[in-house]
Amino acid sequence: MSGEFEPLIIGFTCNWCSYRAADMAGTARFKYPPNIRLLRLMCSGRLDPTFVLKAFREGADGVLITGCHPGECHYIEQNYKALRRVLLLKRLLGSMGLNPERVKLVWASAAEGGRLAREISSFVEHVRALGPLGWPQRAMANGRYAAREEIEEVPA
Amino acid sequence: MSENGKPKFAMYWAASCGGCDIAVLNIHEKILDVDANFEVVFWPVAVDAKYKDVEAMADGEILLTLFNGGMRNEENAHMARLLRRKSQILIAFGSCANEGCIPGLANLSPVEEIFETAYATVSTENAAGIRPQPETQVAEGVLSIPAFSPVLRTLNQVVDVDYYIPGCPPESHQIAAVIDVVLAVLAGKAQLPPKGSMLGVGQSTVCDECTRVRNVRKITGFRRIQDLECIDPQVCLLEQGVLCTGPATASGCTALCPKAGAPCAGCYGPAQGVLDFGARMMSAVASVIDSNDAEEIDRILDGLVDPAGSFYRFNLAHSVLRTGRASWNGN
Repeated sequence: MSGEFEPLIIGFTCNWCSYRAADMAGTARFKYPPNIRLLRLMCSGRLDPTFVLKAFREGADGVLITGCHPGECHYIEQNYKALRRVLLLKRLLGSMGLNPERVKLVWASAAEGGRLAREISSFVEHVRALGPLGWPQRAMANGRYAAREEIEEVPA
Repeated sequence: MSENGKPKFAMYWAASCGGCDIAVLNIHEKILDVDANFEVVFWPVAVDAKYKDVEAMADGEILLTLFNGGMRNEENAHMARLLRRKSQILIAFGSCANEGCIPGLANLSPVEEIFETAYATVSTENAAGIRPQPETQVAEGVLSIPAFSPVLRTLNQVVDVDYYIPGCPPESHQIAAVIDVVLAVLAGKAQLPPKGSMLGVGQSTVCDECTRVRNVRKITGFRRIQDLECIDPQVCLLEQGVLCTGPATASGCTALCPKAGAPCAGCYGPAQGVLDFGARMMSAVASVIDSNDAEEIDRILDGLVDPAGSFYRFNLAHSVLRTGRASWNGN
């Protein structure tokens, strides 16, 4: 990889707060880097850890999970569930050798467009400093994700 | 068809412990039905047939092959390809062939480390530090052994698989039920299930089959079962702070372990609709931790030693990520 590494970040946002914060950031013309691809969930509590694992498998370098501030969840307390899941997921990723800092949980209310933009910018820079993860490319080199026919051609 | 008109049956073990073969023999008198209806042409643990006998067969000559074990080396993969070609129906039998099982946990370590453990532990007499070499020069020529793969792969990561029978090992009553179906199909009384079906497994989770009582589950700490002073014989093990993977595991075993007081380890694989076993289990665990405070949650999670080994004990090779980062060769 050259010094121009552009990290690919998948961002999960909550319909009721952080997605609107991102919306507001756009309306108010706060800038944040285009490295992040935002996906809207109804709630951070909807975040199945599978989504994060799939993001890494498909080539993401980092995953940002955003939700309502503690105590402000539209579904009462599901953001606490997200907190517990993310803390556990980070431990699992760590024990699989994947830097847990590639996952970050951020609280942002619908009014915090500026704050969300700053958090996105700082996370993108942090992941840039960690360098590319490249799960599919590096794993592909060992024939691990290749289609069956391709595996046949991988030298023993 | 063989000379006596019976369809041909084969069973093979790749990287496995042999428990699956024993499980098949453990179906008691049902094994006589297998013998009465099939010609056993290849089954290293039970009959004396050679690889060359299989190679000499026509493609598709074997009707049914039960394949257990993961793809740990080139010989395993070679046999998978060979038996795929020679079999009309190839079944991934048991946890190793389905999802890597315990041998799949080696995907967390680089090959050198695996060899270090296997050939240099205190109990190993290997003063010369010998390691397996794919090729060795001797006076008569070059000797070769199958190359060790960088990671363990499951059967369907190497060849096309028709059906899946999970379990470590599959339970005898489930095997017997599958044999009954196959015999009914042979007799023209039933249709084969759709390709890719899971056979010999329930549609629900182990929790559903477990007789322990579940209350409102709130966990304030995790403990290993051997560290508990006493275990309530009636109450859900997860509720007692023991990591039991029943919520993510497919039913079919009749919840043998939790009923006997041991936590479910997940050997029957992910329940229907679960893509990643560990992720489902993480969701379940996160839901029952009784705290909303990050520091307190972390303290509770400290009780979970070895997260990858606990959440992917049987499933790592078939999980979404499939390996740990350490096994990336040279990357």
